[in-house]
Amino acid sequence: MSEIHASETVKVIAFQLIDKEYALPVHQVYSIEKLMHITRVPGTVPFVKGVINLRGVVTPIIDLRSRFGLSDEQYDDSTRIIIAALDDIEVGLIVDGANDVLDIPLEAIEPQPEVVGSLGDEYITGVAKLDRRLLIMLSLQKIFK
Amino acid sequence: MDTNQYLEIFIDESKEHLQAMSEHLLELEKDPGNTAIVNEIFRSAHTLKGMSATMGYEDLANLTHKLENVLDAIRNQQISVTVAIMDIVFSSVDDLEAMVEDISSGGDGKRDVSAIVEQLLLIEQGEAAAAVEAPEAPKAPPADFPENNFQYDEFEWTVIEQSKEQGFTCWELAVSLRADCVLKAARVFMVFEVLEKCGEVIKSIPSSEQLEEEKFDEIFTVTLITKEPIEDVQEKVKKVSEVEQVHAKEIVAAKGETGEKSAPAPVPAVSAIQPADSKEEGKAIQPVKAEQNEKKAAKPSASNKTIRVNIERLDILMNLFEELVIDRGRLESISTELNHSELNETVERMSRISGDLQNIILNMRMVPVETVFNRFPKLVRQLSRDLNKQINLEIIGAETELDRTVIDEIGDPLVHLIRNAGDHGIEMPEVRLSKGKPAEGTIKLKAYHSGNHVFIEIEDDGAGINKDRVLQKALDKGIVTEEQALGMTDRQIFELIMASGFSTAEVISDLSGRGVGLDVVKTTIESLGGSITIDSQEGAGSIFSIQLPLTLSIISVMLVEVEKEKYAIPLSSIIETAIVKKEDIMNAHNQQVIDFRGKVVPLLFLEDIFSVPHEEEDDRFYSVVLVRKGEKMAGLVVDSFIGQQEVVLKSLGNYLSNVFAISGATILGDGQVALIVDCNALIK
Repeated sequence: MSEIHASETVKVIAFQLIDKEYALPVHQVYSIEKLMHITRVPGTVPFVKGVINLRGVVTPIIDLRSRFGLSDEQYDDSTRIIIAALDDIEVGLIVDGANDVLDIPLEAIEPQPEVVGSLGDEYITGVAKLDRRLLIMLSLQKIFK
Repeated sequence: MDTNQYLEIFIDESKEHLQAMSEHLLELEKDPGNTAIVNEIFRSAHTLKGMSATMGYEDLANLTHKLENVLDAIRNQQISVTVAIMDIVFSSVDDLEAMVEDISSGGDGKRDVSAIVEQLLLIEQGEAAAAVEAPEAPKAPPADFPENNFQYDEFEWTVIEQSKEQGFTCWELAVSLRADCVLKAARVFMVFEVLEKCGEVIKSIPSSEQLEEEKFDEIFTVTLITKEPIEDVQEKVKKVSEVEQVHAKEIVAAKGETGEKSAPAPVPAVSAIQPADSKEEGKAIQPVKAEQNEKKAAKPSASNKTIRVNIERLDILMNLFEELVIDRGRLESISTELNHSELNETVERMSRISGDLQNIILNMRMVPVETVFNRFPKLVRQLSRDLNKQINLEIIGAETELDRTVIDEIGDPLVHLIRNAGDHGIEMPEVRLSKGKPAEGTIKLKAYHSGNHVFIEIEDDGAGINKDRVLQKALDKGIVTEEQALGMTDRQIFELIMASGFSTAEVISDLSGRGVGLDVVKTTIESLGGSITIDSQEGAGSIFSIQLPLTLSIISVMLVEVEKEKYAIPLSSIIETAIVKKEDIMNAHNQQVIDFRGKVVPLLFLEDIFSVPHEEEDDRFYSVVLVRKGEKMAGLVVDSFIGQQEVVLKSLGNYLSNVFAISGATILGDGQVALIVDCNALIK
């Protein structure tokens, strides 16, 4: 990812958490699911909500809000689970809503400014500005840790 | 010819045949006079030879062929079975295995077999000089067949000679078709069909592929082995339309000594082989009477009706099926809601059928551990020969089933452990006798299911582990510190021998004792999600027990409910269930216990262990599931029992690899995930 190939774009999935929009590269996302029954797994860190049955595969679920230390809220109809994968780890991420698939020109992605929201910068790979929208690019590696 | 598509089958079948050979050789060693066993071995060797020659693995075919000659001589009572001969036969089987292994890992199966071939030849010639010279000799075709230019290689000669011994006659048939014949390939096919009804065609010129492609003029020649009078055969062939002429000539064996060969040869006494161990030479065993009703060994019947399926496909099948099960659950609840009798009936039928289907699919992945164990008798035999020790191997629970993926991995660690037991555990016979033990040491290999795990134990009645020596060595090598050493339990000390860079053997032997083996064993087992523990008593022996998870396998569980959550407890750890009155619960050192059939059993509240969110509500009765780990017991307090069910064990994924007291998850009929309780972790 360098600025040399200015004309290149990256396809991302954009989703909502409270009032901000976040994005993950599309190749890291397997599918987007509606909320389904989550079985709690005892003895895990609080942000791991449990596991779901994703078409026969038991998949762990991370609540991104509590992962980022944001306020808890009841899940509603627009709540989605984004199934993301990195290497051989497959995890579902609970988000407030999955908005759309976007092509972001690489040149629009900037390193994170000093202060962006309340989110610790270690999860963020960069910030993309598209017209009036601001997308926060996330690093799965850091989220899974 | 493109043989790639057959390669996999070839490898699998070769392995099967080699395995069969090893097993039968071991039997033969115990019962040297039994010609039936020799016949079995011969049959395997013969098939293997044919297959490898077809696939173009010359070295493999060559060695098998020599082996076959020796076996043939044994079968015909020309050679008596001695330990020295068995050694060479065994080592040639080892070579064959190595070659097949090479092929399966993408190699060309080439290997320098000249040494072993030499030895086999020596046995063959030394023992049966009178009769065996043909297989290598016939380079030139018999003089009375110059016009056909028929060259037989040694395999074909062997076949020819063998069939003659069994009362068949070999003929060369020159078939000429009419010059105006249009469909030559079809005619050839018809001729072959006729011939194959009369006997067996072993060779044709041109080759059958060329014949199929019509790459010949009017005449082709085939070699036929038959019992029928040749005139009849000729008549039958001539009935095929457009066949003009059929000439037949009998094939005479190279030196014309066939008559002698079938007569029972005198038992020669000399062995040209230098026996590796002179003590053993006296063990030559007299063969029993000849069994003359030998069957034709050339074509073993393919009795196994199996197909080979890629394991990935089974995985896909299983996942797809599980989705089906989820929908089945939904369908069931819909049909109960609608209460439509016809719908109900159909859904019920479907449920039953899919239940059967489920069983079949799940069972397909399970393989008895026997597939790994069956190579050990040979290993132990070799081991006892190499070490000059007497070792007996006992196998218990070979039928225990394990998931295929685990089976594939567990072989090497077990080999290590068995070698280790033989090398370091079992003492020399004299030592054993002086200690009042039988001269023959025993290695027990035992497999069984318990809980979510399969246990494999390797037990020997040898010297056991000397704690002090282990500890001293570990201190010397800096594996543990003085302080650490003080607080160590026996078990922890024993486990030091699996630390890397540790070896207690005074002399580094060829087999083990380099101190790398046990280290690797431990890592391999842990990478499979298992664990290994050592128990030992000095002077009495050691037990290495391996605990392996049943990844992706079916287990019977008891489903229980704790508040609103469902948990599955493996049936294999459950002793029984009980309802306990609140008054019956006693306190001992802050631990609630119950008196269960005279034993004090601690109570564990799943609610607390799994910190289930719960509403305050006091019951007068507790539902208790009594579970055990080895000798120890515990009572798990739950809210209610749901029932027993067969479930598929699934892992929680790589992300959640180590959750306390949870060994995995399963998907229930309604599509929800239930966690499986690991009773082994709950009981210390």
